[in-house]
Amino acid sequence: MAEIELRRIEKSYGETAVVKGVSLSIRDGEFLTLVGPSGCGKSTLLRIIAGLEAQDSGEVMVAGRCVDDKRPKERDVAMVFQSYALYPHLSVFDNVALPLRTRRLSFAQRLPFVGRAVPGRGGIEKVIRAEVEQAASMLDIAHLLHRKPGQLSGGQRQRVALGRAMVRHPAVFLMDEPLSNLDAKLRVQMRAEITALHRRLGVTFVYVTHDQAEAMTMSDRVAVMTAGELLQVGQPEQLYRDPQDLRVAEMIGSPKINVVSCDHWISLGASLPPGIDGNTTHLAFRPEAVGIAASGDRRLNGVVTSVENLGSDIFLNVALADGCGAVVVRTHPDISRSEPGRPVGLQIDPASLLQFDGAGMRLRQAEQVEAAA
Amino acid sequence: MKTPDQDRQRRVDAKASFAKRSGEHGVGWLAVSPALLLLVGLLFGPAAAVVLFSLTDWQLGSFTFHFIGVANFRALFTDPTFWKALTNTLVYAAIVVPGTVLLGLVVALLIEASPGLRGFYRAAHFLPVMSTMSAMAIVWGTMLHPTIGLVNRGLGAVGISGVNWLRDERTALLALALIGIWQGLGFAMVLFVSGLKAVPQQLYDAAAIDGADGVLDRLRFVTLPMLGPVTMFVVILTAKRSFEVFDSVRVLTQGGPNYASEVLLHRLYTESFDFLRMGYGAALTVIYLAIIVLLTLTQARLLERRVHYS
Repeated sequence: MAEIELRRIEKSYGETAVVKGVSLSIRDGEFLTLVGPSGCGKSTLLRIIAGLEAQDSGEVMVAGRCVDDKRPKERDVAMVFQSYALYPHLSVFDNVALPLRTRRLSFAQRLPFVGRAVPGRGGIEKVIRAEVEQAASMLDIAHLLHRKPGQLSGGQRQRVALGRAMVRHPAVFLMDEPLSNLDAKLRVQMRAEITALHRRLGVTFVYVTHDQAEAMTMSDRVAVMTAGELLQVGQPEQLYRDPQDLRVAEMIGSPKINVVSCDHWISLGASLPPGIDGNTTHLAFRPEAVGIAASGDRRLNGVVTSVENLGSDIFLNVALADGCGAVVVRTHPDISRSEPGRPVGLQIDPASLLQFDGAGMRLRQAEQVEAAA
Repeated sequence: MKTPDQDRQRRVDAKASFAKRSGEHGVGWLAVSPALLLLVGLLFGPAAAVVLFSLTDWQLGSFTFHFIGVANFRALFTDPTFWKALTNTLVYAAIVVPGTVLLGLVVALLIEASPGLRGFYRAAHFLPVMSTMSAMAIVWGTMLHPTIGLVNRGLGAVGISGVNWLRDERTALLALALIGIWQGLGFAMVLFVSGLKAVPQQLYDAAAIDGADGVLDRLRFVTLPMLGPVTMFVVILTAKRSFEVFDSVRVLTQGGPNYASEVLLHRLYTESFDFLRMGYGAALTVIYLAIIVLLTLTQARLLERRVHYS
């Protein structure tokens, strides 16, 4: 049982504030992803949870206890690093066994060479061997135990790092961009394996990534961070459909959400949707909420600049007239046969239009507020 | 393993060399000739000459010499002074190499661990490396002077009566070895400091999470293994330098007293240029070169296997 509670965590390096008063509750057994652009403080926050970095103010609670004065090894957390951080001179077996050895063997028993002669070591080593082998077979690296990390591929090293993290059954798994050193295909595969591992172990996972696709596909909940602040925490589909902040809307989803300012909307001669809030400055809509129609009055018109055919979908890039920006339209290959240069009109589903004010905050229409509540 | 690229490259190479083999060879030789001339003129030539001289009875200044076969070597191996010099050199290296490597590492770790005055300490420890050994040896000679020297005065102040360091058979070699450590320490330290900077922080983080967060555990699981290649380099370099020890011996003890601090290179110099027995000196040089080459090869083979992990 290990829920994590962060209370008003602040951290700055010199003059630069990296984490600005973040409060966050992570439930027991949850897969929570911290997502944000590089330099947003997400890794720092993870390192503060791990105890590798001390916060300037605020509290970290794990399983209801404050761990601020505890060293990393006393916090019952395990961590997987972007560079894997395996000990290059140790075999895979010794890498995975190390966290068990440092905890179970006495100082004398861990001494090189003479440690073997210290009584009691043999029995402990036997148990450790069994546990390492069990973890290794779970991760499909049992045949690599005698190798050195230098002789392994990136994916295999990643598994060894996972094995070293899970072998002592920690209450919390912390992962710092663990997949970003892998190639695209392997990344997708490991994504599924890590979620499967999470289901199997049932412990709390805190996962840091800058890749919104990883956040969307793997997590129970996603926390979006920008510039040291937590913008929104929610289930992936909630962040996608109901973002509270324009920055969240822009970060989640690929291709990016379309944003058109009200000024452009008006200058293009399109009519603003009915019931719009007076403070709205920007309107945003997902690529799938737009249809292609003939160009005409009272709607956004533009010219197709390029067509990306992905087989299942077609993405049309449409440049709005008078340099008012560009819009991506997602259509089905059977429906649209547009080619670059063709003038089109955009048919936007008014129900899926999101309104944002000048500060980027979401404005809701009355019925949306009711729906959200 | 052959990749398709390498295969293709090989076919291209074969075709090209078939077409213009003769011309390309000429250009090739022309291109390497400067380096080749320098190598032959400065390395292989002199080495061959030394081997040749070692088989003669040539004396410096004489216009004639005779080939006397391996007589020089036979004389050498029956000469107790040679054995004394060889043993002393080995003892000297056995003190200087571990001393320099260990102290260099400790100083580097201390300097990196202390936030302030890092630059000052680095420079202070590096000064002896940049100074001229023969000049520094004179300073050491004064320091180790039995009556007016700083060392014995300091010892006297705390009630210990010092010995005549450089004139005592028991301490002469030890004193020279300590001077050797003092001189090589800074270089080892600089190399270790640069090695320490290259250790990835994530490994220390991983060690902290895995529970290896004590000073000794960090050293054992992260710092020392990651310094492996640097350590190998420092060991080989220091070993080579300690076999080359000459300046301090020449200035301070001249190999005495009673050959207590006689070393190979100093013996070689004495035989060749004091006694003018060039043939005999050349035989010594051949032995010396053989030892150096052997040392470098074995160290490289042995250590290379253990410090490179990929």
